Amino acid sequence: MFWVFRLATYLVLACATYIFLDIGIKGSRTVFTSQAPFINLKFLTQPPQTLYVFDYNGQKMELSDREFRQWQETHKENVEATSIAYSAGGIWPCIVGTALLVVGSMILALFIGISAAIYLSEYSRETRLIRFIRIAILNLAGVPSIVFGLFGFGLFVIFFGWNVSLLAGWFTLGLMILPAIITASEESLRAVPQGLREGSLALGATKWQTIRKNVLPYALPGILTSSILGIARVAGETAPIMFTAAYAMRDEMPWQVTKWTDFFFQGVMALPYHIYVVSSKIPQNEYTERVQYGAAFVFLILVMLIALTSIVLREKQRRRLSW
Amino acid sequence: MVSAIDMPQTMPQEVSPQTDQPAEETETARVMIAVRDLDFAYGSHQVLHNVRLEMPARAVTAFIGPSGCGKTTLLRCINRMNDLVDGARITRGAIHLDGIDVNAPEVDVVDLRRRVGMVFQKSNPFPKSIYENISYGLRIAGVNKRSRIDEAVEKSLRGSALWDEVKDRLDANAFGLSGGQQQRLCIARALAVEPEVILMDEPCSALDPIATAKIEELIHELKTQYTIITVTHNMQQAGRISDYTAFFYLGRLIEFGSTAKIFTNPSEKQTEDYITGRFG
Repeated sequence: MFWVFRLATYLVLACATYIFLDIGIKGSRTVFTSQAPFINLKFLTQPPQTLYVFDYNGQKMELSDREFRQWQETHKENVEATSIAYSAGGIWPCIVGTALLVVGSMILALFIGISAAIYLSEYSRETRLIRFIRIAILNLAGVPSIVFGLFGFGLFVIFFGWNVSLLAGWFTLGLMILPAIITASEESLRAVPQGLREGSLALGATKWQTIRKNVLPYALPGILTSSILGIARVAGETAPIMFTAAYAMRDEMPWQVTKWTDFFFQGVMALPYHIYVVSSKIPQNEYTERVQYGAAFVFLILVMLIALTSIVLREKQRRRLSW
Repeated sequence: MVSAIDMPQTMPQEVSPQTDQPAEETETARVMIAVRDLDFAYGSHQVLHNVRLEMPARAVTAFIGPSGCGKTTLLRCINRMNDLVDGARITRGAIHLDGIDVNAPEVDVVDLRRRVGMVFQKSNPFPKSIYENISYGLRIAGVNKRSRIDEAVEKSLRGSALWDEVKDRLDANAFGLSGGQQQRLCIARALAVEPEVILMDEPCSALDPIATAKIEELIHELKTQYTIITVTHNMQQAGRISDYTAFFYLGRLIEFGSTAKIFTNPSEKQTEDYITGRFG
């Protein structure tokens, strides 16, 4: 029987290694360059453009949208060029969009989640209603993300009339990770020793003063570190944003709005959705593969960095607050 | 400090409360805390039965008795810490602090706890600096003037005989202090809000003999200004530090009297058995 367990473990390791190597190797071809500065800055700082591929005097030309127009102006020649969508330029708007979605939805989820956790851990008594709420929270955590996407589409996009927008994306993603945030926050709050609450109350603090000054500050690092894993999930999910917040292509950057209120009601490009689009919505060839793997690689690095931050913070925190 | 409990009294009094005479003269004989026919229960489990007790001001009263006899419960009734426990309630009787029923609806529990400080069995300094630990009580009471807080911090630390040991590291985390120092810090923290009564729930149970001796010495000094009620398992300690002793057994007050009398000439057989170590 023993070898089954061992084989299962090695299988997981093999799969993980294959995925990382495959994306790492193919992705680094896009992200890194052979000359200084060794990083393909164009890929990281430019919006996606259409790639034009053609033969010119026996030479194979690969030009982005803008370069191709310039080339045509200088050469005044008609060439038969194949155009491949999204395969030139970079993924800058997607990185920005994902960052905006993450920040907004985390703020929202943390605010609602911590408030709910404070209620559950500090104020509520174990009544039947509270038990029911806990079960509901657990169940909410198991709802598939596509269902959240449809829910967000129905409620925020259609019913509230927010259209495909950052706001709708924030609420949809925020609700999706809410159960995880509530659970993590409640655990962190309960980990604060009862003695600190009693010590504070015995000095004449009100319950809210005690929570605000002598419970929440000690629980907060724990809440934030566990929430960072929530960030990885928010950044990674495609399904909840595909109907609510993500555009396949948008020329303006999110800050290019006429009115500041428009900022909340604009859709954005996002990394996971971009990967989905370039992998399934356009004809596949060697050129699209570059963007796919490049974007996946950048995405993977970002998520790994977030997870790493969480681990480092948690270790620091464990050393600092040990009762 | 003006508080809800300072309001004119409605309850009959054994001792005349706010008389015209100078406080000093009546102080020693004054009853600070009176427990009247108290029954207390956690849910359906009754833990205190008909406790009647009057604790004098500016003296140390010790609660002794075997574990589970209700001493700590009674202590926590005085500053209403039992409010935090689900299902815990006084089923009969009352506790009067300086003539005011502490459970009366017009009593603000926050004011009550400012008047009745508490030191816990397990020292519970906040994971903040020594300075912040002391200033905490003042800040939540709305004192923000730095000079006043500085003054109070020094005064309380001197009051708990900790000043000389920590004056150079007030900004250091309180967790860096030794167990005994942490407990004295908790006492200093309680002193900072200038209470009238200090409840101590086995303050020395986790300390070594030297740290214990320091706390006992401190209690001895503090009783000149404060009414102190302490729970202890240590019979010798009760004998050393207290002026009055109350012996509890199975939720009932068996005997209450001056410590000298309880330890040398108890009137109840059970008290004698317990003190001489025949049970408990």
